[in-house]
Amino acid sequence: MSAQPDGAELLALAERVVALAAGDEQVEAVVVRDLGTEIKVYEGEIESLSSAQSQGIGIRVIKGGRQGFAYAGTLDVDVAAETLAEARDNAGFGTVDEFAGLAEPDGVAPAELPLWSDALASFPAARKVALALELERAVRGADPRISGIESAEYVDSMSEAAIVTTTGIRAYSRDTGCYVSTYAMAEQDGEVQTGFGFSVGRDPAELDVDRAATDAAERATRMLGATKPRSERLTVVLDPWVTAQFLGILAFTLNGESVLKGRSLFADRLGEEVASPLVTLVDDPTDIRAFTATEIDGEGLATRRNVLIDGGRLERFVHNAYTARRAGTVSTGSAVRGFKSTPGVGCMATSLVPGSQGQAELVRLAGEGVLVQEVAGLHSGVNPVSGDFSTGAEGLRIRGGELAEPVREFTIASTLQKMLRDVVAVGDDLQWLPMPAAGVSVVITDVTVSGA
Amino acid sequence: MIDESVISRVLGAALRTGGDFAEIFAEDKRSSSALLDDGKVEELTSGRDRGAGIRVVVGETTGFAHTADLSEAGLTAAAEAAAAAARSGGGGVRTVAFERRDVPPAYRVETYPADVPKARKVELLTRADEAARAAGSAVTQVSASYGDSRRRILVANSDGLLTGDDVVRTLFTVSVVATGDTGMQTGRESVGHTVGWELFDLYDVEELARTAARRALTKLDARPAPSGEMPVVIASGGGGVLFHEACGHGLEADLVGKGASVFKGRVGEQVAAKGVTIVDDGTMAREWGNYAIDDEGHPAQRNVLIEDGVLTDYMWDLLRARKEGRASSGNGRRQSYQHLPMVRMTNTYLLAGDDDPDDIIASTDRGVYVKHLGGGQVNTATGDFVFGMTEAYLIENGEITDPIREGNLIGNGPEVLTRIDALGNDFAMGPPGTCGKDGQGVPVGDGVPTLRVSSLTVGGTAA
Repeated sequence: MSAQPDGAELLALAERVVALAAGDEQVEAVVVRDLGTEIKVYEGEIESLSSAQSQGIGIRVIKGGRQGFAYAGTLDVDVAAETLAEARDNAGFGTVDEFAGLAEPDGVAPAELPLWSDALASFPAARKVALALELERAVRGADPRISGIESAEYVDSMSEAAIVTTTGIRAYSRDTGCYVSTYAMAEQDGEVQTGFGFSVGRDPAELDVDRAATDAAERATRMLGATKPRSERLTVVLDPWVTAQFLGILAFTLNGESVLKGRSLFADRLGEEVASPLVTLVDDPTDIRAFTATEIDGEGLATRRNVLIDGGRLERFVHNAYTARRAGTVSTGSAVRGFKSTPGVGCMATSLVPGSQGQAELVRLAGEGVLVQEVAGLHSGVNPVSGDFSTGAEGLRIRGGELAEPVREFTIASTLQKMLRDVVAVGDDLQWLPMPAAGVSVVITDVTVSGA
Repeated sequence: MIDESVISRVLGAALRTGGDFAEIFAEDKRSSSALLDDGKVEELTSGRDRGAGIRVVVGETTGFAHTADLSEAGLTAAAEAAAAAARSGGGGVRTVAFERRDVPPAYRVETYPADVPKARKVELLTRADEAARAAGSAVTQVSASYGDSRRRILVANSDGLLTGDDVVRTLFTVSVVATGDTGMQTGRESVGHTVGWELFDLYDVEELARTAARRALTKLDARPAPSGEMPVVIASGGGGVLFHEACGHGLEADLVGKGASVFKGRVGEQVAAKGVTIVDDGTMAREWGNYAIDDEGHPAQRNVLIEDGVLTDYMWDLLRARKEGRASSGNGRRQSYQHLPMVRMTNTYLLAGDDDPDDIIASTDRGVYVKHLGGGQVNTATGDFVFGMTEAYLIENGEITDPIREGNLIGNGPEVLTRIDALGNDFAMGPPGTCGKDGQGVPVGDGVPTLRVSSLTVGGTAA
């Protein structure tokens, strides 16, 4: 990638656009460039190798309390000028909103995080291919019951973004990331089960191929012989991977936009006890362990550590500049966006503060229940507005405090409100994942399991 | 979009170091959208995405690169990158003579949305907002969105194919939140077709808004969904996603080829109840998953996947079909020029039967009537699927009774297909959908008549 460490090229383009602003308008230009490689292997051969460079510019114009937006997937200067004209034209059609406006510098200096790896930037393609092939070999060799591989891949990206505004913001950040991931199939007596495994890092040296392979093989083989459990109310132990997916949904209910627009079940509950005292929920994009860590938010403000729930008490919602102004508070540096859209609000790196017990101890504590290792259909089965949820699940039955037979084709259902209160233990196995949340094992009582 | 002689030279560059196949996929997509939320038209958005993806195939390996630079130099650089990625020895120079294949557009647009004044798009949103709010005092939030896109593509490959397509899509969605004693409930309605502004001659946005509001208001009185196995009746047009998930994905040749499908090696076998016929049809003019050619240049087709319960064929893209020595079925699709194509569905539907829909409900003693399904997900290797019910009612003593709150349905594709024991005579297509696979989203449609699955697991909270 031709990226200079200081982002001079992208900043220059953004500045040229912002310089074209008329006196009575605010203009924001976001310029993004991403270079990535994706290698898929199958049966010892490269199935595909894609090298992708994408870039684009997004321009926001605010004039007379109205906002307009346009984007283009190119860094061409002439196209940028046309895009500004289009955004300006679009601004004529919005509703006048007294809170409309860009972010303004707030004096918080961005954390200086080691998010860029020169080692990744110069890592040869042949070695990326070797990693993917090694992953596939390791999965096949992990267990004699592994019958095939649905996918085995190596993926990396090097991204940079510049944001410049007429309000005085001038920000740039860049980061690298890579992962290996695989879906394995295990077969026994004609029955097939699947399991996935992955490992993420900022540079390839951080990837643990063996761990990805053994996780995939174990998840697939331990589901062999799974049956449908009977319907009952049970204690569940959520695997870190599953907890992280739930945190993603919970985060939606704690964002300033959902709250202001009457779509959050926690809207009027700031300062109240909403969860078990064991629950402390933090969103911290400056935690470099997070795959999604970043120094600046989608409007160019510094990111910061935000405590959302502290010992069960609802402490804070996250805001961007607009929702903060409307709510009479300040931005928490939580604007999220791509160059193809205006900034939304969202958590970027959410995690529960871990407890002190491992998953095996949590299973003992649960006594009778289910360890949920995978959920399916969470996106369609959860209503983040009402809090109702029902999701497909698979995992292992827990009997007498020990892991027992595998179970599948059942759902677990409750409400987010009730589930937060029913947390009886949080594990010590914090795990950062290729998503904006970390996982940790959690024990929740009184969940409806629907099976046979 | 690109001059024919440039295409020829770029394909030559792609194959200069050897290779069995090379392809240029160029795309120019313009889109616009408008969103009204919380009583305010938040903004209008315009976007332009233009570029080309080039792939080079050597043996079993595909190299791929894409570029936003459509100049000859930009394309040649991408071609060389793709060739290097496919990494072959070989040598020699190949020239390609094209056979231009002009495929008539699947639908002739009456009014291009780009020609419609922006103020008229905004007006649709305000009308929907007012109609939804007027539907009941319990309506507390309304959001309405309008979107259109025009996607022009060009496909040229080293087999001499040169063709293109021009598809316009227009979409309108209303979401409503209603608040009552039991908390907040949501309702949604959306329409989308591969048509232009004439979409709004076919649909009245106020009517769509009232439908969304009614869904939210109805659920304020809803009971928790039951849990456990029971008969499930799916309403006409409301549950095609079940078959998209339950069997469609498992019939995609790329997954079948890797052994990651429960349907592998089962062509010719009875895999569904008698009377069940499932079709994937990219030729349905105006439907959301419709196109003239797929993203590899193959004309869209109507493909019968399961006929009277017997598995007849899988869906194919170019590379998988080539490997098997057969023709593509027109199912090679990609999200954009930045993506490799893979096997994808178009409009997937279950043909109608002879049963009277009222009789199907009357003959169901106790179960669930699903008027509308949300999104779903399937594990193709095991066939296990799950999807959400967005509007559903209890069936008690052969009658539709109380509305129930969100719950999931969970089951196994092959099992569900064999448990269809009633098929109505009232086929309808459902709302527009986006199918996600391997990180790529493409527009798809689905449809079903009223039908009954004799036993399916409903995952609610009530015992």
